[in-house]
Amino acid sequence: MTATVPPKAPTFLGLPTAPRGVGHLRGDQSFPDAARGALRDGQLRANLGHATTTIRNKRARVVAELPDWPQLREAGRALKAATMARLDDHLEELERQVIARGGVVHWARDANEANEIVTRLVLATGTSEVVKVKSMATQEIGLNEALEAAGLDVFETDLAELIVQLGEDKPSHILVPAIHKNRAEIREIFARTIPGVDPGLTDDPRQLAMAARTHLRERFLRARVAVSGANFGVAETGTLTVVESEGNGRMCLTLPETLITVMGIEKVVPTWRDLEVFLQLLPRSSTGERMNPYTSTWAGVTPGDGPQEFHLVLLDNGRTAVLADEVGREALHCIRCSACLNVCPVYERAGGHAYGSVYPGPIGAILSPQLTGVEDNASLPYASSLCGACYEVCPVAIDIPSILVHLRAEHVEAQQKPTAEAIAFRGLAKAMSHPRLWHLAQRASRLGRLISRGRPTLPNVLPPPVSGWTRSRDLPTPPRETFVESWVREHGSGS
Amino acid sequence: MEVALFATCLVDTLTPSVARATASLLQRLGHRVVVPRDQACCGQMHVNTGYRREAVSIVANHVRAFAGSEAIVAPSGSCVASIHHQQAAVARRAGDEGLARAAEELAGRTYELSQFLVDVLGVTDVGAYYPHRVTYHPTCHSLRLLEVGDRPYQLLRAVRGLELVELPGAEQCCGFGGTFAIKNADTSTAMLTDKMANVLGTHAEVCTAGDASCLMHIGGGLSRLRAGTRTVHLAEILASTEEAVEPQQTTKPSLPRATPTVLA
Repeated sequence: MTATVPPKAPTFLGLPTAPRGVGHLRGDQSFPDAARGALRDGQLRANLGHATTTIRNKRARVVAELPDWPQLREAGRALKAATMARLDDHLEELERQVIARGGVVHWARDANEANEIVTRLVLATGTSEVVKVKSMATQEIGLNEALEAAGLDVFETDLAELIVQLGEDKPSHILVPAIHKNRAEIREIFARTIPGVDPGLTDDPRQLAMAARTHLRERFLRARVAVSGANFGVAETGTLTVVESEGNGRMCLTLPETLITVMGIEKVVPTWRDLEVFLQLLPRSSTGERMNPYTSTWAGVTPGDGPQEFHLVLLDNGRTAVLADEVGREALHCIRCSACLNVCPVYERAGGHAYGSVYPGPIGAILSPQLTGVEDNASLPYASSLCGACYEVCPVAIDIPSILVHLRAEHVEAQQKPTAEAIAFRGLAKAMSHPRLWHLAQRASRLGRLISRGRPTLPNVLPPPVSGWTRSRDLPTPPRETFVESWVREHGSGS
Repeated sequence: MEVALFATCLVDTLTPSVARATASLLQRLGHRVVVPRDQACCGQMHVNTGYRREAVSIVANHVRAFAGSEAIVAPSGSCVASIHHQQAAVARRAGDEGLARAAEELAGRTYELSQFLVDVLGVTDVGAYYPHRVTYHPTCHSLRLLEVGDRPYQLLRAVRGLELVELPGAEQCCGFGGTFAIKNADTSTAMLTDKMANVLGTHAEVCTAGDASCLMHIGGGLSRLRAGTRTVHLAEILASTEEAVEPQQTTKPSLPRATPTVLA
């Protein structure tokens, strides 16, 4: 028998990231593997292509209407940067103001703590049902599963979230969680899952909306507890804000007796006036509307009007760790508009599920790996061709391509053992740093001429990693002479 | 003016005809072209794959090779963008402030070909002749990082014999993205397929761009499908004259002739 090695004392590895085993920030597969399946789904490709193109064009039209869009965008960026620099002060001010107006504030270190707090609060009301306002934070922490595990029934009330919930599916887009479904597929889900639905239901959008409305209305009227997220939390007034299109959120925010709001700590803005900027940037960037139909704001509780009990759960779940990274912290500026998803050529083809996280697309590729620690989502920073379309449309000018590149380096530098790729790249770096070695390496590439045997292109079947290229694309046969060689031969080495 | 030509590692090694065309074009416009022998790579591939520490010595080599050059021109928007936006940053992160300053200084004198022609030399009609139906793909880094705008179009419109046709979905990435094309080969290929469909839909004979890397990707796909439409770098089109119709298809082996002729 071998002697057991005593377990090492845990070492401090920096600020805590989002814990494993809870929530939806990690996928089961790497991005390339998950994308491979999605790319073969012709229906998905058609649905995504159609939907993203429509929203993209709508956004472009309404953004072009504003002559001061670049200034607004810069104001949004600057406000976020200034807020993050004093995040602790703003959060404490928010807490004071919410308490002063009759609310209760809870601090949740991570998904587990947040789920425990919300579950405890709901159970204390004695209800068995919860209605939900569409919220990314509660999707992130897997709140629905936690509430269901406590024996509660959870009803998503956002139309797209309802489709996802009824279809036992996962959201695939920040704004339009059911973007991967077309209306015929939605009709099928409703016909199968909504009790007492009209058997003659067609895929007419109005009919679908009416079916959902009838289904939801009953739940709004009897709900005693609602759970929401927040788009913004105004520190100076303790005001929470939810921006939406359907009015279902408004129902949840006003009808029940108890309202519980889960807000990521990065959603705080210092002053009421800051909303002036963000409420212009957000709807134009997300739904392509000049103004969204419903903007709800509330502060604490008001006797005789709306919920009489209000709880604000402030969620970290890795955000402080993101804030500690000088380059990556810009990801916390995100206002969840999803404009970057709609213009991303990778998202458009692979879809949201391939990212394995509730945050898909370009913003997800920089946010998820930072919330979980880059090694838990190591394929995501590579899920981009760095085309820069995301940066161009981001309403708060998050330089997503630069952060992707930064996270790739964080991943490379986190490797304990040298990988084959690292050995190759280090060798190549050495060659590219020494002209004589470089010329030798270039000459070595001419070995390709031997295997192509006079043909214009290299063979289709080559060993990995080159096979990744040659499976679908030809690679030219290297020429007999490099440009620099021929130039030196003709002009001498002096020039 | 004396112009130092940065061929870029990819063009130098795989598509030397692009660098040759750039040189003959600049010479034809009356400039003296020098080709620093010690040039290798700008470091972009290393930086973008996560090897930013390793890229520092590549940047140092680049800065050494081009020290003292009055103006540096490269036939690649992507490499010039890396010189402008990445080189100093990786040097600075590694704590080499001297190299960062030198890289910044060099970046200030480094131009992508279309920017150099239009902004520095002030020419749009370079006297080229290219009797083909051509569509132009505005590569992502030229478009979004360098913001070359309509400069390539201005240059192409002035080429005699050339019929320029608009590329639908032009601003969509072709799916190259450096190591992305290999690490995410399936997604990359899906993007390439849509790009090729748009290129083929124009019925152009030639798809051109200012980046040899993106062209190698699009051209590699078209060649695999035996589509017939070929990819030709902007420099090769602009270098073409009645006397010397220069360009070869870049996915073809570059000129299996023994002694490359110099086009003066």
